[in-house]
Amino acid sequence: MGRSVQDPALCGISRRTVLKAGAAAAAFVAVPVAAPSILRAQTPAVKIGILQPVTGALAHDGDLGRLGAEIAINEINAAGGIKSLGGAKIEMVFGDARSTPEAGTQEVERMQAEGVSAIVGGFASPICLAASQAAARYDLPYLVDVGVSDQIMARGLTNTFRFSPGFGKVTQVALDNLTAINERAGKPAKTVVLVHEDGLFGSGLAKLLQTELPKRGFEILETIAHPTPARDMSNVALRIRSLNPDLVIPSNYYGEFVLLARTMQQQRIKPKGVYAILGGAASNGRFVKEFPQAAQNVIDCNHWHDPKNPKALALRKAVEDQGKSFAYNVPLNYSNLLLLADAIERAASTDRKKIIEALNASSFAGHIMPYGPTKFVNGQNEGATPINTQIQGSDIKVIFPEAFAEAKANFPAA
Amino acid sequence: MYSPQIILEAALNGLMTGAVYALIALGLTLIYGVLHIINFAHGALLTCAMFAVWLAWAWLGMDPYLVIVPLVPLMFALGYGLQRFVVGPASHGDDGNILLVTLGLSIVLENVLLALFQSDTRTLDTDYSFQVVALGPLLLSYPRVIGLGVAIVVTGLLWLVLNRTDTGKAIRAVAKEKLGANLVGIDVPHIYAVTFGLGCACLAVAAGLLMPTFYVNPRIGGAFVLVAFTVVVLGGMGSIPGALLGGLFIGVVESLCGLFLGDSLGQIGIFLIFIAVLLVRPTGLFGAKA
Amino acid sequence: MTARDLIPIAVLAVLAALLPLVVTSSTVLNFLVFTLIVSLGAQGWNILGGFGGQFSFGHAAFFGTGAYVTAILQLRYGVNAWAGLALATAAGALVGWVIGFLSFRSGLRGSYFALVTLAFAEVFRILANAASFTGGAAGLLIKLDVRPANLQFDDRAVFYWLVLAFVTATLLLTRWIQRSRFGAQLVAVRENEDAAKALGVDSLKVKLRAIALSGAVTALSGCLYAQYFLYIDANIAYGSWISVELLLAPIIGGVGTVFGPVVGALTLHGLGEVAKQFAGRIPGIDLIVFGGVLVLAVAFARGGILGLLERLRDRGRGMVTRGTKEVSHAGR
Repeated sequence: MGRSVQDPALCGISRRTVLKAGAAAAAFVAVPVAAPSILRAQTPAVKIGILQPVTGALAHDGDLGRLGAEIAINEINAAGGIKSLGGAKIEMVFGDARSTPEAGTQEVERMQAEGVSAIVGGFASPICLAASQAAARYDLPYLVDVGVSDQIMARGLTNTFRFSPGFGKVTQVALDNLTAINERAGKPAKTVVLVHEDGLFGSGLAKLLQTELPKRGFEILETIAHPTPARDMSNVALRIRSLNPDLVIPSNYYGEFVLLARTMQQQRIKPKGVYAILGGAASNGRFVKEFPQAAQNVIDCNHWHDPKNPKALALRKAVEDQGKSFAYNVPLNYSNLLLLADAIERAASTDRKKIIEALNASSFAGHIMPYGPTKFVNGQNEGATPINTQIQGSDIKVIFPEAFAEAKANFPAA
Repeated sequence: MYSPQIILEAALNGLMTGAVYALIALGLTLIYGVLHIINFAHGALLTCAMFAVWLAWAWLGMDPYLVIVPLVPLMFALGYGLQRFVVGPASHGDDGNILLVTLGLSIVLENVLLALFQSDTRTLDTDYSFQVVALGPLLLSYPRVIGLGVAIVVTGLLWLVLNRTDTGKAIRAVAKEKLGANLVGIDVPHIYAVTFGLGCACLAVAAGLLMPTFYVNPRIGGAFVLVAFTVVVLGGMGSIPGALLGGLFIGVVESLCGLFLGDSLGQIGIFLIFIAVLLVRPTGLFGAKA
Repeated sequence: MTARDLIPIAVLAVLAALLPLVVTSSTVLNFLVFTLIVSLGAQGWNILGGFGGQFSFGHAAFFGTGAYVTAILQLRYGVNAWAGLALATAAGALVGWVIGFLSFRSGLRGSYFALVTLAFAEVFRILANAASFTGGAAGLLIKLDVRPANLQFDDRAVFYWLVLAFVTATLLLTRWIQRSRFGAQLVAVRENEDAAKALGVDSLKVKLRAIALSGAVTALSGCLYAQYFLYIDANIAYGSWISVELLLAPIIGGVGTVFGPVVGALTLHGLGEVAKQFAGRIPGIDLIVFGGVLVLAVAFARGGILGLLERLRDRGRGMVTRGTKEVSHAGR
């Protein structure tokens, strides 16, 4: 149930599509009413695998990822499907990666059996690693939606593409932007405390920051690791208080970040800035809504949509109208689907090799991320970059780089 | 390295966190002491209680501390029912089976919660969540000070129930000598279920104390239950004062380990204590006898 | 061992080996490979838990050791994958022996033993997650280099046959244990340790042999997992999920029986897939089924599925007594 989504807009197929399908075919379409069913037979749907962890520890993120993909597929289909394939509709083959790599692999095998042309998703790095490898056996194009581990792209798999930035890139941009924001404010921040979760994401980031921050004139007073879930943040807060850093750089998941921010507020710790990198809560609308005080002025460097793109704003509104919280998973998966549809359109085929070729040649700019035209080098989108947001008042505003900024950085925080 | 003030604050923080561990362990140790079983569903039941507190806050706008009042009898009833109608009959009175049944229960409960609430992390906010009590130069979290007080009171109450009431005496009789208790007309399955219910009622209190400052998601119970096992083993399985002292002790150890080793490795301290106590003195540091 | 002991194993192995010739679906093969890897580890649990009566809640300690040893040997020391497999198995035996020595010498049994194994697995998990030697939280990625010499195969069927061979070997091992003097001593210790001691059984030695064997077999399964998915991290290799799976399978299938772990693993994973097909939108539905089946199995089918079948068969024959190896926990 609910595994593949049939297109509800099929009945709305226009006459033009019918004509496009070719004269020979059109000859058979004697009665217009019969068109939909015959059309379906003529232009088989393009199946695309959507792999997201919708159960287990990552279920929340998986849900949002699926939502983004669903909206994109509906839009593509409503706009006439893949035109070079006679208006073929995209059919979603959904797979639950259950938050584990082996379940991800199993779903890839199932999608392969169902004949998908490409797979999008994975979310967590371990799932992306295992799933893209399984897909590589079949030359099945695999688009990583979020997974930031640099290992994913370092294996030389020709089927694997990543539209979004990886760890190295995110850290580098985060540091560049931090330096720039700091300089612009008259260099108020010199000392830093890193707080990171001890998993793949937090530890990897901390390691990179430890070598990079000193090069840019920041002094790291201490690096504090904590587990997920953490039962208590009092000690972390105590240590921050005793060190009294100018800047706190946290990288952790939602629950822990909320706990940290609240504990810091309680202990009356007020650094000049809190600069999260890929923060779990700092770009989450719910955090702002529920804890406006603790959330105030937190800066994040994260995946974020282009706030000046009207399509992005419409998407955000559509998601919020559904009563769901908007997070970066939605625009990323949405954009990935558009990117893939564009590649299939240009390949004019569901042949996997041709799709991979088309992806490699892609210069797709119709997405809603602040990346510019797409350009894959060894599978990695060169233009991919995170941007800086800050929680100001009751909203999350883009503050840097200026080309996308909606507001001025409030730094050092008053 | 750290100023004495910080170390003192960390120790006090640990003491207050330990009070909540003690409450969770209290239920566990009570169940162990009487039924001689390890209740693996304890963590999942704690999660249930935490969700109940959150729901009451989110839907009815109830204060989390106030929720404790109706939640205690509710959790008692849940625990009573579970033991009477599920764990007891399913395990045919065998230790190994009970381990497995409670494990199965915990898997079911955790995933039912997941199906109902998704894996979202939920938090609640109260006026006093951020309040602090200034003790000289020390800033103590107001909800945690309350937690410490309540934990001590609940331990005292539980001790009174066990030692001063008829039911309590029956519970102790069953714990000591099941067969004999049965012979003198004590309804053993009923007493078992009452004990299980009391253990769950402790969780209701713990949940109410945790929620003002903590968060809940369907898997959060696991974070507490391993610590609670450690506390129970340390305090001596089945010992009520042992659970309180063990909880406070573990809280302080964890906090200081966290301060000096980092929170991530600080966790290892707990497990090493746990293993060492099991290997060297399985009756626990505070337990008098096996 | 007699021919009657071996024939069922041989028949099953041959039938299972022929499967890839009939079923070409990679989905099914992939499912079977993973299920067989789990059933191999579960067989390891069964040696200690089923025959020895020592319920471990932390077999992840062995599974993870197998996975990490082979991965580290290959990545850091350039050791060949096959040699890594052998060494990983040996490492599992060693870890088993050490944990066993520490806990059995202190006289831990029942719930206490379950708890101490759980704690050991957690310590391993935290260490593997923190140490840079184990790749820390980023985990270890075994290099994708599909060559038989690297224990990586182009065809899923080959890996399936390899895992099947190991499963068959452990089935034979278990059958041997069941029939041997060592096995008899092990069961004696399970049923009543004090009585066994009184009869001159060196219970510590018997239990240590069992846990070492158990650790070796489970480490082998962990090693195969790493080799198949080519990626491990602390939460995969030492996570509590695997401890639970390895214990569920024999208990559902038939604890202390030769085929129990395999039957249990197939049943559980099969049920999980079915549940997902019917209610894929409900998160965690397969796990709810797992937990429910566990409770039901303990409540109504104490010998697991095999015990249930046996009972049905015996009832059909009108027999009163049963010669099965169903576990009775009396006297523990």
